[in-house]
Amino acid sequence: MRDVPAAPPVLRMAGVSKSFGATRALDDVSFELGRGEVHALIGENGAGKSTLMKILSGALAPDAGRMEIDGRPYAPSGPGDGLRSGVSMIYQELTLAPHLTVAENIMLGREVHAAGWLDRRARARKVREALELVHHPEIAPDVPVGRLSVGAKQVVEIARALLNKSRILVLDEPTSSLSQEDSQRLFEIIRGLKGQDVGVIYISHFLEEVQRVADRYTVLRDGRSVGSGAMEGTSFDDLIQLMVGRKFTQLFPRVEHTVGGPVLATDRLKGARMAAPVTLSLASGEILGIAGLIGSGRTELLRTVFGLDEIEGGTVVVSGAELAGRRPWTRIRRGLGLLSEDRQGEGLALSLSVADNMTLSDFAPYRRRGLLRPALQNRAVGDWIGKLKIKAKSAVQPVGDLSGGNQQKVALARLLHQRAAVLLLDEPTRGIDVVSKSQIYEWIGGLAREGKAVLFVSSYLPELLGISDRIAVFHRGALVESRPAAAWDAAGLMAAATMGRASPDSAKEQRNMA
Amino acid sequence: MSRHSRARLGRALNVFGPFIGLLLVIAIFALIPEVQGRFLRAANFKSVATQSVIVALGALGMTLIIISGGIDLSAASNIALASVITAYAVNAGAAPLVAVLLGVLTGGLVGLVNGGLVTRLRLVPFIVTMGMMGIARGAGKWIAGNQKIDAPMTWVNELMAKSPRPSWLLLAPGIWIVILFAVALAVLLKYTVFGRHIFAVGSNEATARLCGIRTDRVKVLVYAISGLFCGLSGVMEFSRLTVGDPTVAVGLELDIIAAVVIGGGSLSGGEGSILGTMIGVLIMSFLRNGCTMMGWPNYIQEIIIGVIIVVAVVLDRLRHRKE
Repeated sequence: MRDVPAAPPVLRMAGVSKSFGATRALDDVSFELGRGEVHALIGENGAGKSTLMKILSGALAPDAGRMEIDGRPYAPSGPGDGLRSGVSMIYQELTLAPHLTVAENIMLGREVHAAGWLDRRARARKVREALELVHHPEIAPDVPVGRLSVGAKQVVEIARALLNKSRILVLDEPTSSLSQEDSQRLFEIIRGLKGQDVGVIYISHFLEEVQRVADRYTVLRDGRSVGSGAMEGTSFDDLIQLMVGRKFTQLFPRVEHTVGGPVLATDRLKGARMAAPVTLSLASGEILGIAGLIGSGRTELLRTVFGLDEIEGGTVVVSGAELAGRRPWTRIRRGLGLLSEDRQGEGLALSLSVADNMTLSDFAPYRRRGLLRPALQNRAVGDWIGKLKIKAKSAVQPVGDLSGGNQQKVALARLLHQRAAVLLLDEPTRGIDVVSKSQIYEWIGGLAREGKAVLFVSSYLPELLGISDRIAVFHRGALVESRPAAAWDAAGLMAAATMGRASPDSAKEQRNMA
Repeated sequence: MSRHSRARLGRALNVFGPFIGLLLVIAIFALIPEVQGRFLRAANFKSVATQSVIVALGALGMTLIIISGGIDLSAASNIALASVITAYAVNAGAAPLVAVLLGVLTGGLVGLVNGGLVTRLRLVPFIVTMGMMGIARGAGKWIAGNQKIDAPMTWVNELMAKSPRPSWLLLAPGIWIVILFAVALAVLLKYTVFGRHIFAVGSNEATARLCGIRTDRVKVLVYAISGLFCGLSGVMEFSRLTVGDPTVAVGLELDIIAAVVIGGGSLSGGEGSILGTMIGVLIMSFLRNGCTMMGWPNYIQEIIIGVIIVVAVVLDRLRHRKE
């Protein structure tokens, strides 16, 4: 009997190195992606994942090393080259044209035409095929993409990549802005892809998710590949240890704090974009987690409390006094602070320095006789950078140059700097690495110990359960249930968030009472 | 080159880039034998500076607007209107100082209306100020009865005199006024909270709002201040022409915007500097001056300035990529 030669892997990268100036971003990295394999690429921010993927896509040229696709040498001269060789990247920031329809987006750049005239029937057929490949034939091809949900948009992007006869699909943080439900559907699509003989590189900070969806993993740390293997039999802790390079003791550091008297109370508060009025209260030294699906009204609640959205009715009381002013600047004076879920679009002014971003809400300490003293400002911000372990070259560096985790620390540091007493945090750890996450949890705990009140919106259930004192659940704009964190588990939170009612036992209790 | 020193080079280029451009323009004309003698004279530099006053004043205000992420297409019409109002007041027998104040305030009022419309109606500045461009120009013609307004000579006409009285001033009072306000605005931008707020609004308005900055107020103020500068520029226009002419300065808003952009201002907001803008004004003035001396026709100047604008923006882009 003769051996059938094994098919070459879809992708082989060997000895890839890349330096930027004195910084060695990648050092002799090797990476292999098999047919029908989902391969997780894991590492902290700045570990070299995006550099490696940029080299794969052709956006960057490596200093050394070689690549093969299906056993043939691959040396792309640019992103177009990568795309033609079958490498499709699906980024966090979606790259669809919002005004064009689903069909137009899927076919963009590969329009079926006869002498420049679009062949609409052929297009409709191809688009239908593509949507069936991703098991979403229900998406209407003639709807403008801008009207779809984030999850559906991602499906369209994947459909586009498949139609492109992609061999390698790179998904970079695909679920960071997806609801639980949409994430589930995405995983199903990814599992479906295995049959198509393509390779999937899956990049995510959500390790549970990686464990569920990936067959193999490779961990990068400081530009080196520090471990690779089968996902089965590899524990969560093993992965973290590889990423961090040391024993990582606690993801959710517990900072002791005591809950005091009420600080923030809303009474039938109704904002222009809120579906229903909300009544809740928050005490000093309390961390109140808010769970719910994306679009369930959590963000709108925070924005209404902060005066960013129009207030239509109800009241907000802070420390016993009703807030009269309705604009953010009046709320900041009363001790409120909001961390936006959209770090790059709203949270930070990326072209401004770290110093300006951190102190934008309170320049007063750096003013002498009417004039700002940049030296004072930069010195103070330098202290904050050191104290909070923010990786920045200096206070005057543009904040857009920092990694995601460090950007988020700057955004959060602004609330510390303005000494907000009530912190409204909207998805404070979205899209950042596990070490930064853990640091942010520790800060939040520290804030509670200082007696600050924290309202903490998150789609990531483990962190809600890990650091909150109490968790309230939103469903379709209404607050359906609030309980001490210890009385919740992930399943209960999901049930309340998706079905609008708490677990069966408490429903029973309510019936008995009625 | 290490990354750090490259970043430092980038920063140096940011400050000196337009300055090098200016020296280059001067050097080129200084090396052409036909014009060398006349070009390099102190009297010529003085006249270039005097010719720059009107654009410079408009560009000072425009720098604030562009940093805040806006644009003002009505600047030139506003200048013409202010010159007409000043002439009208002098002609009607008002004290010169009152006439000057009226001219400046007219400009400020137009700016205030611009800012009010942009913030209250949530309209794009491009559209609001394009409308105002026609409104201010038309109002000027209406007030002037569709002709020039003659006015008796007063000290106002000496603001733009090349040989000033008293002679120890050395330069036309208008030039000193530009320098004074340039310094004041540079300090405002860098060393006041309002200045930092202008940058923040231009860099990311949503962030500014989140940080409790009253973005609408910042914008209204920026347009109003810029309007005051257009008014002052209109007074200088009247001083130079000795008449109030509603048809003057057509298209000058583009020169003003070009000066800001050549000086490093970004039309998407958040970037720009007073020093850069002033250098941008001088680059354009020296080019005009040199071309005129060469006897080149007007259209050559237009082509050259068009090229310079594009080159300046391309260089700016490269500079940012390097960082």
